[in-house]
Amino acid sequence: MVEHRPWNDIIAYAILTLGVFIVAFPVYVAMIASTHDAATVVGGRMPMSPGGQALENYYRAIFVGGSRTAPEPVGRLLMNSFISAIGIAVGKICISILSAYAVVYFRFPFRKTAFWIIFVTLMLPVEVRIYPTYKVVADLRMLDTYAGLILPLIASATGTLLFRQFFMTVPDELLEASRIDGAGPFRFFWDTLLPLSVTTISALFVIQFIYGWNQYLWPLLITTQDSMQTIVTGIKKMLVTTDELAEWQLAMATAVLAMLPPVAVVVFMQRLFVRGLVETEK
Amino acid sequence: MANVVLRDVRKTYAGGFEAIKGIDFEVGDGQFCVLVGPSGCGKSTLLRMVAGLETITSGDIDIGGRIVNQVEPADRDIAMVFQNYALYPHMSVYNNMAYGLRNRRMPEPEIDTRVQEAARILELGTMLDRKPKQLSGGQRQRVAMGRAIVRQPKVFLFDEPLSNLDAKLRIAMRVEIRKLQRRLKTTSIYVTHDQLEAMTLADILVVMNSGRVEQIGNPLDIYQKPATTFVASFIGAPPMNLMPLRADEIRAQFAGDSRAGSEAGILGIRPEDFVISSETIAGGIALDLTVEAIERVGAETFIYGTRQHEIQGVAANPGDLPPGEVIVRIPGAVAPAIGERIKAVAPRENLHLFSADGRKRIDL
Amino acid sequence: MEKSAVFNNSKLLPYALLAPQLIITFVFFYWPASQAVLQSFKREDAFGLVSEFVGLENYQALFAQPEYYKSMLTTLVFSTLVAALSLSIALLFATQADKNLKAAPVYKTFMIWPYAVAPAVAGVLWFFIFHPSLGTLARPLRGMGLDWNPLLNGNHAMTLVVMSAVWKQIAYNFLFFLAGLQSIPKSVIEAGAIDGAGPMRRFWTIIFPLLSPTTFFLLVVNIVYVFFDTFGIIDAVTGGGPAGATTTMVYKVYADGRLGGDLGGSAAQSVVLMVIVIALTAIQFKYVERKVQY
Repeated sequence: MVEHRPWNDIIAYAILTLGVFIVAFPVYVAMIASTHDAATVVGGRMPMSPGGQALENYYRAIFVGGSRTAPEPVGRLLMNSFISAIGIAVGKICISILSAYAVVYFRFPFRKTAFWIIFVTLMLPVEVRIYPTYKVVADLRMLDTYAGLILPLIASATGTLLFRQFFMTVPDELLEASRIDGAGPFRFFWDTLLPLSVTTISALFVIQFIYGWNQYLWPLLITTQDSMQTIVTGIKKMLVTTDELAEWQLAMATAVLAMLPPVAVVVFMQRLFVRGLVETEK
Repeated sequence: MANVVLRDVRKTYAGGFEAIKGIDFEVGDGQFCVLVGPSGCGKSTLLRMVAGLETITSGDIDIGGRIVNQVEPADRDIAMVFQNYALYPHMSVYNNMAYGLRNRRMPEPEIDTRVQEAARILELGTMLDRKPKQLSGGQRQRVAMGRAIVRQPKVFLFDEPLSNLDAKLRIAMRVEIRKLQRRLKTTSIYVTHDQLEAMTLADILVVMNSGRVEQIGNPLDIYQKPATTFVASFIGAPPMNLMPLRADEIRAQFAGDSRAGSEAGILGIRPEDFVISSETIAGGIALDLTVEAIERVGAETFIYGTRQHEIQGVAANPGDLPPGEVIVRIPGAVAPAIGERIKAVAPRENLHLFSADGRKRIDL
Repeated sequence: MEKSAVFNNSKLLPYALLAPQLIITFVFFYWPASQAVLQSFKREDAFGLVSEFVGLENYQALFAQPEYYKSMLTTLVFSTLVAALSLSIALLFATQADKNLKAAPVYKTFMIWPYAVAPAVAGVLWFFIFHPSLGTLARPLRGMGLDWNPLLNGNHAMTLVVMSAVWKQIAYNFLFFLAGLQSIPKSVIEAGAIDGAGPMRRFWTIIFPLLSPTTFFLLVVNIVYVFFDTFGIIDAVTGGGPAGATTTMVYKVYADGRLGGDLGGSAAQSVVLMVIVIALTAIQFKYVERKVQY
């Protein structure tokens, strides 16, 4: 801003601090709740400072599981979440970098058709076609499998568009120099294009990891065994009882565990995250 | 070592645009050939056709006795230096140079020998581990050269390799490229839009305009006997003064010389061929000028004047003088004042005469 | 925009490169999507054994349901509230963070991380805070004499899901608004100041109009977000209740198909949603044209 008035900055700091407080408050409460025992939490007079049950609560959540509501320990669900989130991110990167390479660097009949076939998938998220997709996955006997958790979610155009956009910025002369240097399509891809794409790949990985980790409806639908749930769907199941009986301290510990990996990714890879977000959405 | 021969080479794009309209020339073994012309004249396209990066619509390109029309760029035994250098940004200087050799499965010790030798010639020895990003423009240019040298190809192709450098570095690199080429004796084809670069580098100069060759020859011949008004105004700076003359003016000027003919034509005089003098020269030309502007550049001075008697102006080519305006170059810094009237004279042997359409030189 | 330097001699390779994505897209996208359209014209018995073609009957039945109109209204209210609130709050924070504060990058980090929280988890967090019997903030509400109970009161339930959804979406909007603000040349704002416009006037006459492409883009993205990504919030917090007060159109597709087993009706709803989303995307296309110039 142009004016240099100290109170102007003070107001700005005040508003932002309030914002940060609002943003952090629910998470803070969850963290506090995960450190108290069940009675304190359910009693409705939970203090706003940490209790002494943290280790026990987290230990039980991860390794033992709840006594009534959540038979499956969260450790297993965390692993499922990691496998499917990484599977979705890696899978999408692999298929989309290849298809973008084909569309940008080759000329062949039906090239534009192929591009549009992929592009249209941008328009319809999995939510609007859940049951038919469920049926396909069931027919392929992929219910309760990692393939079932992963494959339907990598059928989208975002990655292809992102790589296409990046490839267009790679100077034509690099391909020409490679051709003169005796590199064919495979060598050019492997020796030149892939190393140049590292940042784009990482940014896409960060975004897709978060996307995959946070999936809810799809895993909810296709997992029937508790052992195949992801952590995000698992929390809900902890609460589906008469509320008084829900083990809230474990649910909150689970919530904290469910937030930790994607939040860590955003905080520690902020640059890549912002880049990925801006480039996949614009 | 090889010669390069182009026979009626043409290129038509899918949309029907004819970029190259039938080009023939030969570059002898070890010669340095420069393609020069304004932007869009097809010189880069032609070079890329020799490289194999663009397809040929018809005609033949022959490198070292082998017709390479259908041969992949990698198999033509050529090396190319690009305008933006096209260095692999993620590879070190060493690997940039070694990449093409490794793809050809050359043994590592030999690759090393060649890269070290190129690095020594180009004074890149201390930079072999750096990435292109860490180099200055001139250094990147050297790496691009190095990448070509290590291949020891039959032909070097240069696509405006100096145009991304600043003026001073450009001159230094120009001299180096020429020295290097003399030393390696590798046949070279070099594309530029800079006529000075073209003049100083070329053994053979090919002047191109809208997909055609205007003139081929050694640079001095072209300077002294431009075949068309296009060449006359493109080669030499400032450009040749071109003055359309009516048939009667031609007859008056070249009285008694049957070669000048009796039709309208275009008279050309280079700025440097004028002398300011009150004496006319027999058979030569004398122009009465009013001085409009003076440019002093130290060793020489350019005088911009307007002719006092009217000649119908036809500006036939870009870069031509506006009708009525004449540039005179004189040595030194002593010049007339603005507004002064002067007489610029040139001897008969320095006059160039072209047909009225500018397409034909009339030798006197 | 097209590459001029390409590989011309490979006939089969490009198809091989495209194959994985095309196969997955056909199996998990086109096939199910076309099944949804087909199914919307059919009626199946509860076991999926017999199905008959019924034409537009599913659609007629759908538009004869008062609940469907109710879910449309719910969706409208929900998306308007979420979009309006999250956009304006995010804009407020973004304008403050854009003031060249020393600590701005720190605030940015603290503002954007809720993006990474799963919607379902966000819902659980807010549900916990506002839980009628044990929620930390439910107690003060009751103390103020409000009979707060999102489990029974539809308006309270809606308030809660809106809060959760807004909380999660602020991060995204903040990030884009901040980027938009930072791309406005400082000289334009300084010119405004020299022309005598005060900070508020500058905001409404210079900054806000220059920000309008960002705002419009975010508006569309937010509506799509409310339509689909909030499913987890609603399912975790209210399960569509109480008495359908938070059943949005997407939630109804899910609930009718799963709990009711009415696959034809659910498919018809899917098709209606597809049409809405395609319309929304078509609007958004105007803004991605730069990206897709085929």
